[in-house]
Amino acid sequence: MSKKHNNVLPGFNLSLGFTIFYLSLIVLIPLSAAFIKTSTLSLHEFWVAVASPRVVASYKLTFGASLIGASINALFGLLTAWVLTRYTFPGKRIIDALVDLPFALPTAVAGIALTAIYAPNGWIGSLLAPHGIKVAFTPIGIVIALTFIGLPFVVRTVQPILEDLEAETEEAAASLGANRWQTFTKIIFPAIAPALLTGFSLAFARAIGEYGSVIFIAGNMPMVSEITPLIIITKLEQYDYAGATAVAVVMLVISFILLLGINGLQWWNSRRNSRAI
Amino acid sequence: MSGISTTQFSKYNAKIAKNRATSEPAWVRWTLIAAALLYLSLFLFMPLAAVFTEALRKGVDTYISALVDADALSAMKLTFIAALIAVPLNLVFGVAAAWAIAKFEFKGKSILITLIDLPFAVSPVIAGLIYVLIFGLQGWFGQWLSDHDLKVIFAIPGIVLATIFVTFPFVARELIPLMQAQGKDEEEAALVLGASGWQILWRVTLPNIKWGLLYGVILTNARAMGEFGAVSVVSGHIRGLTNTMPLHVEILYNEYNYAAAFAAASVLALLALVTLVLKSIVEWYAARSARAIEQN
Repeated sequence: MSKKHNNVLPGFNLSLGFTIFYLSLIVLIPLSAAFIKTSTLSLHEFWVAVASPRVVASYKLTFGASLIGASINALFGLLTAWVLTRYTFPGKRIIDALVDLPFALPTAVAGIALTAIYAPNGWIGSLLAPHGIKVAFTPIGIVIALTFIGLPFVVRTVQPILEDLEAETEEAAASLGANRWQTFTKIIFPAIAPALLTGFSLAFARAIGEYGSVIFIAGNMPMVSEITPLIIITKLEQYDYAGATAVAVVMLVISFILLLGINGLQWWNSRRNSRAI
Repeated sequence: MSGISTTQFSKYNAKIAKNRATSEPAWVRWTLIAAALLYLSLFLFMPLAAVFTEALRKGVDTYISALVDADALSAMKLTFIAALIAVPLNLVFGVAAAWAIAKFEFKGKSILITLIDLPFAVSPVIAGLIYVLIFGLQGWFGQWLSDHDLKVIFAIPGIVLATIFVTFPFVARELIPLMQAQGKDEEEAALVLGASGWQILWRVTLPNIKWGLLYGVILTNARAMGEFGAVSVVSGHIRGLTNTMPLHVEILYNEYNYAAAFAAASVLALLALVTLVLKSIVEWYAARSARAIEQN
């Protein structure tokens, strides 16, 4: 990086030019269409579209379920990452590879598979039904679907940090009289906290926009189990393009803020780790 | 999701597991393992098993006839076409973006990296919606397109565009950190020895990044073939014409034709498993070549 002012490599104009051209064509111009379309609405029309009781109920559901799903993944993802890096048990390598399944499995497939299991006649649903617990076709089903699609994020952000932790610090803590729980809370946890938070945020951001896996298991009752992406689809099917776009813009703005936050977190994360070494 | 770094198998395990002071009692270990496995079973293994169980519930004959059905075959064909167009385009983009970002310094670089990540932050439904706003009947080019008898929305071009959008960042995201870490010494050496720009790209850069590139392509392809939300908005669900495999699954499922829906789903699930196997193989090769470089 020292000689950045006299870079001799060719292809800068071509590669950057193509990058910006393609980015504009596929991403930036189409996304700007959403904002331009919304600007044709008056402030009142916009407010009616994005703040009607049914839409507000969908925000609460989407964010609430995403938050719970991401929290489950933070706790059990940390546990999974820990078990995969620290312990040996049969089938570990296969299980490690399968953690990425939610990235590879199409969301529609995940949706119908989860519904089959958690429906009242499914493998788990039939165990819960006698106790009066309904999972599929309720908000709990939405949490299950959002937990599934966010599962790899925390595991995959925490795992490399756990692998790179120096054994010496833990040995030092032990020789100074700390027990394992103290070592975990005072030494290990602070080191992995930024990665855990990053994974949590990634899972949360992914869950907010998720559509395919949720609609099968949700039941999609207005005011009860209707997520915001479904509201957009419903408005589109009623040819209410402006209304659909207004709700989309609200979601886009929230997603952009989350993306900036996550980028900041990752920067913090990498700075901490490079300083530790 | 920098997948490649996660496979560097831990030097740590061996060192720490033997040491009683830095390990947990056996009952704690097994409780934690059991809890993790229970979590993974509820959310991962059981859904996967359910796909195949439900697909075969009505017997092998029903399963096979659901797969050789004309609508199923045309859905498979469209899924492959969309991936076949989206993957190479995003591959070329990924290499170009990584070349500009990793080999040169310029203002606004971090903004550019954030913008490349944008499609990951956008809900798939919104990814479909924005193309409807541009190419739909009421959209910017709607009138012009219908005057010229062209269709983008509710037709194959719309499906391809939506697929390109949702898979946009994958290759670039893999290549940018990889090429930044490799620096530009080798390229500069090739230049001094008289290589042209394209020769450097083909003979020096691409061989160096081949595993990262392949990894990005595998992820892009998996997402391209499995995308549901974005494609659902722009497809119009016309059987035999604009249905991809995931949409075909949805239609069958909503018609209560569960055996056929899960049969189609099982093909996609197999594809996902193949993806995971390929990914593990690529990670293994990438880790090996990274080790080889370290030792030199």
